[in-house]
Amino acid sequence: MERPVQPDLHLVAPERRPRRSTAPYVLAAPALIWLLVLFVIPMIAMASLSLQEGTSLEGFRQTFRFANFTDAIADNGAFLVRSLRNGVIVTVAALLIAYPVAYWIAFYGGRFKSVFLFLLLLPFFISFVIRTVAWSFILSDDGIVLGTLKSIGLLPESYHVLGTTFAVVAGITYNLVPFTILPLYVSLEQVDRSLVEAAKDLYSNRAQAFLKVVFPLSLPGVFAAVLLTSIPAIGDYVNAAVLGNFAPGTSMIGNVIQAEFLRNRDYPEGAALAFVLMAVMVVGAVIYARVLGTERITEG
Amino acid sequence: MSDKRVPFGDPAWIRGMTRRRISRRELFRYAGAGAGALGLSSMLAAGGVGCEEQATGPTPGGEGSADWWAQQQAGDHINFTNWPAYIDRDFSIDGPGSRPSLNEFIQETGIDVTYRADINSNEEFYAAIRPALEAGQDTGHDIIVITNGQELTEMIQLGYLIELDPTRRPNFDANVGPAFKDPVYDPGNKYTMAWQSGMTGIAYNTKFVDEEITTLEQMLNPKYAGHVGMFNNTADAQNLTMMELGINPETSTPDDWQQAADFLQRFNDSGVLRGWFDQAYLTAIENEDLWITMAWSGDIINDKLYFPEYATFEFTALDTGAIVWVDNCCIPNEAANPVGAMMLMDWYYDPVYAAMLTRWNAYVSPVPAGGELVQAAAEAAKGAEKEQLETIATSPFVFPTPELEEKLYNYRVLEGDEIEQWNDLFNPIFIS
Repeated sequence: MERPVQPDLHLVAPERRPRRSTAPYVLAAPALIWLLVLFVIPMIAMASLSLQEGTSLEGFRQTFRFANFTDAIADNGAFLVRSLRNGVIVTVAALLIAYPVAYWIAFYGGRFKSVFLFLLLLPFFISFVIRTVAWSFILSDDGIVLGTLKSIGLLPESYHVLGTTFAVVAGITYNLVPFTILPLYVSLEQVDRSLVEAAKDLYSNRAQAFLKVVFPLSLPGVFAAVLLTSIPAIGDYVNAAVLGNFAPGTSMIGNVIQAEFLRNRDYPEGAALAFVLMAVMVVGAVIYARVLGTERITEG
Repeated sequence: MSDKRVPFGDPAWIRGMTRRRISRRELFRYAGAGAGALGLSSMLAAGGVGCEEQATGPTPGGEGSADWWAQQQAGDHINFTNWPAYIDRDFSIDGPGSRPSLNEFIQETGIDVTYRADINSNEEFYAAIRPALEAGQDTGHDIIVITNGQELTEMIQLGYLIELDPTRRPNFDANVGPAFKDPVYDPGNKYTMAWQSGMTGIAYNTKFVDEEITTLEQMLNPKYAGHVGMFNNTADAQNLTMMELGINPETSTPDDWQQAADFLQRFNDSGVLRGWFDQAYLTAIENEDLWITMAWSGDIINDKLYFPEYATFEFTALDTGAIVWVDNCCIPNEAANPVGAMMLMDWYYDPVYAAMLTRWNAYVSPVPAGGELVQAAAEAAKGAEKEQLETIATSPFVFPTPELEEKLYNYRVLEGDEIEQWNDLFNPIFIS
């Protein structure tokens, strides 16, 4: 057959094309290699590290010291509990903020839907840390918000937002809300509008139509949004540092892990603690999926 | 602070955003390091991540030896990484000229310098470059500035710093002050040359604080609740608190440390504390988030002197004195341009350039002759400039008076198991 040779196809001549059965592996290879190099291998290295013993000065040796894990839990239980609590607050707040936004874009966005989604993602063109630091200026005690309110006498001079748990939780919520909105939007966008009309034909009012039709159909999105929001929220350490000022009672588990690596240089304890956190989150996510799994939602 | 003011349009800043080009040799080295990571050789096979303990000092002919230095030539570029608010600035000029003393070095030698004010904490900076040092790679820095303390001691002990060439520092030999020559933490200045020295004391904003602050106890006053800052590094709060308690930190015992820890814990429990800070305390007091805070002398004096909006700042020592420390220039292993680095380090031991630093950053100069130039300039100057220069020339925190000097103490030098004992005692206080 005569046809111009395309450079792209040149290397994969028909007779050399891999057999059909190997194609999935070939196609998955980049992702698998990526996972292996950047996830599996570092995890193995961290697992090894978490069982070592020693100091930064004298070096660390592999002694399979499982006590690193019990130490990590014993020393940091309070931080773990606080982080989980903050994660729950952030997730609930983000859902309350995100759902109406996603709903509105999906149902009333019209031809500007993609514009609205773009606007949601616009802040991501600036680094997460920079945006958080920007908040520390906006919310500073004599800044544009508090300074103004103080000068017109609405707030006492000593009032402050930075250096409080509220600032930390609000900062994390701000940073994660787009991750809550997007999965909600995707599931709301897929809701068949004729089902809503059918509900109305069956004499349901708007609230009933929402509660009995739209909301249940959006549950897969809620499920994904909860995971996408809560996991990074629990592990966050930037907000507690920048907006929390390391105030007493505001540090989260991520700050402890960071301090183990970057202040104390106690790598084994830091690694052990990171695994403890990961285990808690994996178990939590599995239980959550079991109780409110996507299958059950779609079956229902 | 000086560096966050005019980031835009400063070519040095823009260069700072883009790493130095990677040479082919380095590329191979990185590739090799990548392959090493794949093999997990160091981590698993050897059974430990770790620094094999190295004897300090260069091996014969190795990096830092006289033979090695003899073969080195100055490169055309230096990466100089320092703390914020630590070099003279002229904000009327854009570009490299905005750092006058450094610009003169660039003009004089033709060596380009990328100046980064990236070090906000000894602990975090060292932790960030440590993996590269451990792997025997270039950290990307030719000169780093590290305070005498745990981190510097560890870097010296692990052989992470290039031993300096004593023949390449004529200005240093001629002009270094006695206090900065042959320091206890680096006998013979084998690895370090002081950049500046300063004091840890207390800063407060008289806009909010109408009493003279001379003790840490005063910072616990509930009327300052939410606006009190403390340092969270591995030395300052601990040592200054011992001074508050009437303990000489230099000779303190673990029992003394416990007392200091108990005192510091009161800051966590009392509800007055805004938080535990590194260099970020400076932004926080500038933003009026902090009213009283532990502080480093020159940061505050410079702010007060050169920025009208901070005219209400005060820096003070405790009744019982202040902590004095030295920040040291050193060259990390595998630095790309060690000769250039030594040229630049020695440049600032010329009294003229030492004076340019002192009159801007208001720290204690390791070059007494530079200080004398500032004092002479103060006498000769007129008007507003005279006022500024005299403030510096008469400040006991820049030119310590014998009276203050008696009350200046060094950090406790920690050895062996003491390090872990100290850190286990204090570090949990800073994250709570």
